[in-house]
Amino acid sequence: MHTYTFLRQLADSWVLLAMFGFFASAGIWAYLPSQRRARDDASLIPFRNEDAPKTCSGTCDTCACMADTGKAPHHD
Amino acid sequence: MNYIKLALLGCVTLIAALGANWAHDLAYQVHAFLIMVIAAYLFVRVLRATDGPVPVALPTDQYDDGVIRAGVIATAFWGIAGFLVGTFIAFQLAYPSLNFDWAQPFANFGRLRPLHTSAVIFAFGGNALICTSFYVVQRTSGVKLWGGKAAWFVFWGYQLFIVLAATGYLLGATQSKEYAEPEWYIDIWLTIVWLTYLAVFLGTIVRRREKHIYVANWFYLAFIITVAMLHVVNNLSVPVSIWGSKSVQVFSGVQDAMTQWWYGHNAVGFFLTAGFLGMMYYFVPKQAERPIYSYKLSIIHFWALIFLYIWAGPHHLHYTALPDWAATLGMVFSIVLWMPSWGGMINGLMTLQGAWDKLRTDPIMRMFVLSLGFYGMSTFEGPMMSIRAVNSLSHYTDWTIGHVHSGALGWNGMITFACLYYLTPRLWGRKEMHSVSAISWHFWLATLGIVLYASSMWVSGIMEGLMWREVDDQGFLVNAFADTVAAKYPMYVVRSLGGVMFLSGALVMVWNMWMTIRAGKPVTIATPARYAVAAE
Repeated sequence: MHTYTFLRQLADSWVLLAMFGFFASAGIWAYLPSQRRARDDASLIPFRNEDAPKTCSGTCDTCACMADTGKAPHHD
Repeated sequence: MNYIKLALLGCVTLIAALGANWAHDLAYQVHAFLIMVIAAYLFVRVLRATDGPVPVALPTDQYDDGVIRAGVIATAFWGIAGFLVGTFIAFQLAYPSLNFDWAQPFANFGRLRPLHTSAVIFAFGGNALICTSFYVVQRTSGVKLWGGKAAWFVFWGYQLFIVLAATGYLLGATQSKEYAEPEWYIDIWLTIVWLTYLAVFLGTIVRRREKHIYVANWFYLAFIITVAMLHVVNNLSVPVSIWGSKSVQVFSGVQDAMTQWWYGHNAVGFFLTAGFLGMMYYFVPKQAERPIYSYKLSIIHFWALIFLYIWAGPHHLHYTALPDWAATLGMVFSIVLWMPSWGGMINGLMTLQGAWDKLRTDPIMRMFVLSLGFYGMSTFEGPMMSIRAVNSLSHYTDWTIGHVHSGALGWNGMITFACLYYLTPRLWGRKEMHSVSAISWHFWLATLGIVLYASSMWVSGIMEGLMWREVDDQGFLVNAFADTVAAKYPMYVVRSLGGVMFLSGALVMVWNMWMTIRAGKPVTIATPARYAVAAE
């Protein structure tokens, strides 16, 4: 029973505080103004790497440069 | 290496043969025989390749899409199987004579029901999660899958798990834990497969060429890790005999119930929510051709969901032997969970900002939006039903079934269909699906099916709850249980018709996929050779 009481008290105090602290800092970190560019950059990850540079024929229709406009090219 | 494999496969074949001979029950015998045949087949296969010419090494500059193609087909196959069984057992409830005498006990409702739930959740949903996660993690990391053929082991190992679980249910092997019915040896096998899956996924992330781990991968990773933890803890059991399928749970009484629903609710939270949100965060932006509405919100969404979901399980045990404080804790966390759920839904929907016209022209986008709508609806309904007073009306009634299906058919089903429509033409080198109007047909068949299903179960569930609690002026219950069963008949018929519509929509999809794949051919896509170029 001693183990239970100890764990219960720990869970209700320090662990609760630590978890809440972690969550709050994750929230603050997400919205830090200095991270703004990193967030914008991360949101564009799905539009990179899809097509091989090899398939680039030099025309913009097939080239990865389309990714910058947010329009991912389809490979036909 | 091949000699170790041969020794291992030889041992497995031998032990399985012993098991088939000494088995205490039918399910174990059939499974031992199945494993013996598979191990023997693999033994011969490895033997034929041993000391022969070294096979050509796999190209390292291409994405591993073969296993994803297999996963796409497996998802569609198990989807049809699961929907078909579900529709059949819906008719069994309306017309009990469909529990045919000649098929007893194998095809009665009690054995087919876990077959249905496991087929749709773990076979259809699980294959969808595995194949989309392999697709997404490669594209968002810019590298091929880690571990070479380990991804194929995950695929085939998972299919074996499904076959063992499904045949086990029919033959009567179950440990009677909802959504965790498979017996001990199947659980051990799934643990091995799942840890390999974790290794492949994590290994790919570690070798990524992007600086940041894209948020979809966070959700997938949370899903993989949490399911591993839940699965191991909830399935702690001691087999009665190593030659039999029966096992005894380590936990008992209310501890067992709490562990089961800690598992059960987090299966919903991490398998059916976190994993599918991983799909949402990749495929919705791709289909909308726009980045996610707010990447910052997605970070909050992730951490809030992770921190809250794990506590919500006790709301399944209101008015039981579970202490009140635990049930209240589960209830409060379920209600708080409403906020991140809706945050995520809004994040997905607002991604369409400036592209709402796609809803008119693009049936795939329509499916994504509808699935997000159902996600929002069922994550509102769920917290409401977790409130003790509401639960006293809704629990043990068809309302719960309606709630589960609006989430599973609406959210999980629709987003999976949309992802299959996204992936199939890309993986087989086609511009688009064979028939775009067939996608629209699928959309409307499925939507109407879900509406029929959910609304009939609301009516049936609330009626049932009210009938159960009705007392006369002397304080006696007015209705016998059989009265509620009789009163539910029309709703059961409507529900079955909803199931038929949902199933026919899925059949239209399979036809469409078949035509697309038949006319296409597998494509290989190279990984970015020079990362700096792609990132410009």
